Amino acid sequence: MTQHQNHGDHNHGSLKSYVIGFILSIVLTIIPLVLVMNQMMEKTALVITIMVMAILQFVVQLFFFMHIREGEKPRYNVQTLILGLVIVFTIVAGSIWIMMFNKY
Amino acid sequence: MANHHDHSHGHDHHEEHEQLKVLGFWIFVVTDCILFGTLFATYAVMMNSFAGGPTGKELFEMPGIIASTFILLTSSFTSGLAVLAMNKGKVNELIAWLAVTAALGLAFVVLEVNEFTHLVHEGATMATSGYWSSFFTLVGTHGLHVSIGLFWMVGLMMQLKRRGITAVTRRKITNLSLYWHFLDVVWIFLFTVVYLMGVM
Repeated sequence: MTQHQNHGDHNHGSLKSYVIGFILSIVLTIIPLVLVMNQMMEKTALVITIMVMAILQFVVQLFFFMHIREGEKPRYNVQTLILGLVIVFTIVAGSIWIMMFNKY
Repeated sequence: MANHHDHSHGHDHHEEHEQLKVLGFWIFVVTDCILFGTLFATYAVMMNSFAGGPTGKELFEMPGIIASTFILLTSSFTSGLAVLAMNKGKVNELIAWLAVTAALGLAFVVLEVNEFTHLVHEGATMATSGYWSSFFTLVGTHGLHVSIGLFWMVGLMMQLKRRGITAVTRRKITNLSLYWHFLDVVWIFLFTVVYLMGVM
């Protein structure tokens, strides 16, 4: 109940959201660690699983730590991020793809 | 009355300007993301180019890597707590959480320097193979970012001590915590792609 005091514009986040984000991040770090150290899966499945965990943790940090949703209405920050991610994806996937033909 | 109006208008304008600077910093973070993207791409291409030299699997010492992962993760959390303290207007609590964050960041850098020294002693230098060139460039660039962040953090702590929480220092703390969370995100991918996939 007392949480409702002075809810100003720049009152981003709460202790609760940081703690939840922190716990989720720890869980998402420990799971791939245990999977890899004990070789609990076949290799391709393992690579996909730990990449998904890393991306999930990125999303957790984006929402719980960086407060991506709380920007002003034309969300230029989200637009910039999406553009950046498209460029990163293109560079990484494109490099891997094109260089596969170089390994005969 | 008119004077008061002018003042508050000026203040709003100032706040707006600070928010614009946060957006500008965010755009820098996104471009930094692209920088790391290119380094990850290089690493991915060089992943098996050991040139007959040592592999990551032979040399990585996971206990240190796991420790530094949790240290950086915790420091990302404590930098968030610093922002919470700032929003409550508690300058001493803010400085204390920044100090904890900086100490954890320093521990991370020390562990990384140890790791690099170990690798070089084992015969894996930047000139050993395509793999190790891309490894040291990628991991080293991240370590350099953390080190720069440490200097920035100490400078901001001194500024907070002198000026307290103002619109300007508030914006700087916001940017610093964005930067620090971003470095943690980059490390998550480094940990996954370089270390976990490296020892598979």
